Amino acid sequence: MNKLRLTRWLVSLPPTLFLLLFFAAPSLLMIVTSFRYPGEFGGLAPLSALETMTGEGDSGLYGLTLETYHFFFSDILYAEIFLKSFAVATLTTLICLIMAYPVAMLIAKSEKKYRNLMILLVVLPFASNFLIRIYAWMIILGPESAFSHFVNNILQMLGFEPVMLLFSPFAVIVGMVYVHLPFMILPLYTNLEKHDPVLLDAAQDLGANRWQRFWLITWPQSLPGVFSGAALVFIPVLGMFAVPDILGGTGDILIGNLIKDQFLGTRDWPFGSTLSIMLMLTVLCVAGLSMLLARPRTSR
Amino acid sequence: MALLELRNVTRRFGDFTAVDCVNLSIEAGELFTLLGPSGCGKTTLLRMIAGFDVPDSGQILLDGKDIANTPPEKRPIHTVFQSYALFPHMTVADNVAFPLKMSGKAPDEIKKRVEQALAEVQLSRFAHRFPHELSGGQKQRVAFARGLINRPRLLLMDEPLGALDAKLREDMQRELINLQKEVGITFVFVTHSQDEALALSQRIAVMNQGRVEQIGEPSVIYGQPANRFIADFIGKINLMEAQVTQVSGQDMTLEADKLGTTTLPLKQGVNVGDKGVIAIRPEQISVHAPDKQAELPHAHSGKVLDFLYVGDVTTYIVELDCGIHMEALLANSAPGRARFFEVGDPVIVSWTREAAQFLLN
Amino acid sequence: MKRSNLTLWLAASLVYIFLYIPLIIVVVYSFNDSRLNAEWVGFTLDWYYKLFQNEEMLLAARNSLIIAVSASLLATTLGTMAGLAIHRFRLKFLPVLAFTPVAMPEILLGVSLLLFFLQVLNLTLGMFSIIIAHATFCIGFVAIIVRARLQGMDESIFEAARDLGATPWQTFRLITLPLILPAVVAGALMSFTLSIDDFVITFFTKGVGEPILPIQIYTMIKIAVTPEVNAISTLLMLLTLVLIILANRLDAGMLQGDKKS
Repeated sequence: MNKLRLTRWLVSLPPTLFLLLFFAAPSLLMIVTSFRYPGEFGGLAPLSALETMTGEGDSGLYGLTLETYHFFFSDILYAEIFLKSFAVATLTTLICLIMAYPVAMLIAKSEKKYRNLMILLVVLPFASNFLIRIYAWMIILGPESAFSHFVNNILQMLGFEPVMLLFSPFAVIVGMVYVHLPFMILPLYTNLEKHDPVLLDAAQDLGANRWQRFWLITWPQSLPGVFSGAALVFIPVLGMFAVPDILGGTGDILIGNLIKDQFLGTRDWPFGSTLSIMLMLTVLCVAGLSMLLARPRTSR
Repeated sequence: MALLELRNVTRRFGDFTAVDCVNLSIEAGELFTLLGPSGCGKTTLLRMIAGFDVPDSGQILLDGKDIANTPPEKRPIHTVFQSYALFPHMTVADNVAFPLKMSGKAPDEIKKRVEQALAEVQLSRFAHRFPHELSGGQKQRVAFARGLINRPRLLLMDEPLGALDAKLREDMQRELINLQKEVGITFVFVTHSQDEALALSQRIAVMNQGRVEQIGEPSVIYGQPANRFIADFIGKINLMEAQVTQVSGQDMTLEADKLGTTTLPLKQGVNVGDKGVIAIRPEQISVHAPDKQAELPHAHSGKVLDFLYVGDVTTYIVELDCGIHMEALLANSAPGRARFFEVGDPVIVSWTREAAQFLLN
Repeated sequence: MKRSNLTLWLAASLVYIFLYIPLIIVVVYSFNDSRLNAEWVGFTLDWYYKLFQNEEMLLAARNSLIIAVSASLLATTLGTMAGLAIHRFRLKFLPVLAFTPVAMPEILLGVSLLLFFLQVLNLTLGMFSIIIAHATFCIGFVAIIVRARLQGMDESIFEAARDLGATPWQTFRLITLPLILPAVVAGALMSFTLSIDDFVITFFTKGVGEPILPIQIYTMIKIAVTPEVNAISTLLMLLTLVLIILANRLDAGMLQGDKKS
């Protein structure tokens, strides 16, 4: 019994310590940082500068303050950016769902020997470099590209002004969908693959047509897969800064870009930490909701 | 001295007592079975004998030495797991060689003994196959060969035939008994299947709720169950609630609900006022046409309520005039068997004095 | 039945095309004899030639390889331990620690590590901080893969080994390790690709010193798009492709006893 306890410690201690030091501690530090004052030249004001702070009539306790939170909630701009990020994430998730469903369904319906290959084909582009996948859309949506010419020719024929596809919200959504699509296909497939095809035969036998079979049998059964896929797309999109940074225009700023700017641009660490914590809280709510929804149904 | 002796072995998981003060002794060369419904503690008991679990109190003696705290690898006791637990990344030969390697035998000897062991279970051709390439029966034989090759003092088997289909199971039962005769190693089975227990064992310990209810030869367990639980658990039996009203000489008089007064041979330790059941096996009950009204002992009239024909035998459900339903088993072997009874036929059922037993609650 | 299958095929094919068109365009343009990514002019290997002349790019590639190898070694060791510990000892706390970094947006890990390295450790950001950061989120992936493999196995084989005379250490060496090896290798390969691919966390923990591949690519995309980017992209795709094929081969070779039977 003692030997077992020793092995237990030997095996679990190194990863636990590593993660406590490099994951838990930094996260806590971020929370603390959000309550501090920014330094004059970026970074943080020292905690010992308490006297000067109180001298300015601030209610700061040991150099800690709620100022950044106050700032966050007082400016409508930040709420707008959060809402915009939410909207982008929702739209991305919906488009991913619509695109992923037929693929997942086709793979689940295919013969077993082809399934692995079809999955591999979904994962393969996703395994190539993240920046390259975004960059590829710079080429496709670029002003000189064949696709851009094609779209603008059509618009002209219909009597509209030509548009710039790149550096637009459209480009941001396309990029987001492209980068996250496999996250939706895989959980959906895992779910659909488990469905018993006899249920569809039974429904048909009992008089359901194709649409009824889909909406009454397949879709409700696939909801856990839909929700876990939605969480896997929604959460990273919410924090994404690279896609709007590369494909978006100056107006297409999301939470991620805001956070990035606080740390690497204006160097306002406390406010950056506050924004990060707000993002974290949003993510926790979304994850909790999805877990609640994806849970297997039980009668009450 | 017994090979294995359990003394007051108790194991609790929180509030739940899985094994409750069990005493057992198993002799060398025996085929012993722990039988009981699932959750009765038999598997916990087996795991403590193998060394995967440690009793909270009590002793486990092997050749008189307490091994309760010895780790499994140091015990000369091997197990055939319910899932067979063959190592999936090793060939059949490597699986069988494993215990010999662990005990540090020379490679030459290992090779020779593995070949011999595989020949004994007719698997020589499969030596280089992997477990997932074998059928269920073949896997089972590999598991036996692996468990036996290092000559353990005791071979434990957890539901050894549970995973096999009915036909194969019967063959394996016979094969197992022969195998045990050849190797002379003590076998301990754990099973919830009464058929398997009755067919395989020399002695059976019936367990219920962590306790051993009865230990004995299969015929004793079946023919003279110690109590109502065992009677009900093993085989089919008709049970009628009854109370002792009188004890005199060789007899005792019982007052049963509906059935009325019955006299049975006196059973030791029974006193006036004791409550229990009268138990009769269906095959001990005979069914006659009512015209044979002769002086049958314990005869009651009734009518056939239902019957189930299964080829070799027919089970009749008879409703007695007093309202009791009884099951009777009739072999369809007699060449001149006069007739079947149909549903609704009036019949007489009867049993001999010795067939009925009184079991305390 | 027939018609619905056709619709499904059509829709799914469009999605597959959507997935592959961008990558094919990148590869094709990497051989295009034009500075503009607009139309096909002619075949050339110039961009590859230029790439191998670009010393900063080569240095960045070397650095990224060093980072990916170190981070995946670290993450594979710790992640395998975590996967074993979580499965075997039914821990409550370690799974939270290991799996949260996988689930949350990368930017949060990047930002908190940036604060931590600069504030607490007073570390100059560089290769070391990137290795630590990459390992932190790769541990979870390795642990998930290793645990999934353990969950798929019949528990009693470990008991069978003990029962037949193997000590706990022998059981680990002869049974557990060979059986989880495919998962460990898969975890290592995954960590390697995640690390070499990672942009967000690297972006926050990179410092100003050494050039790192994803950062170089980012700069090229942001400042001056030249077909050199196409060339390096194609090479990186080739590398991932080789790794994936390798992983698949290893899987097929080592999963002799994969079926739970």
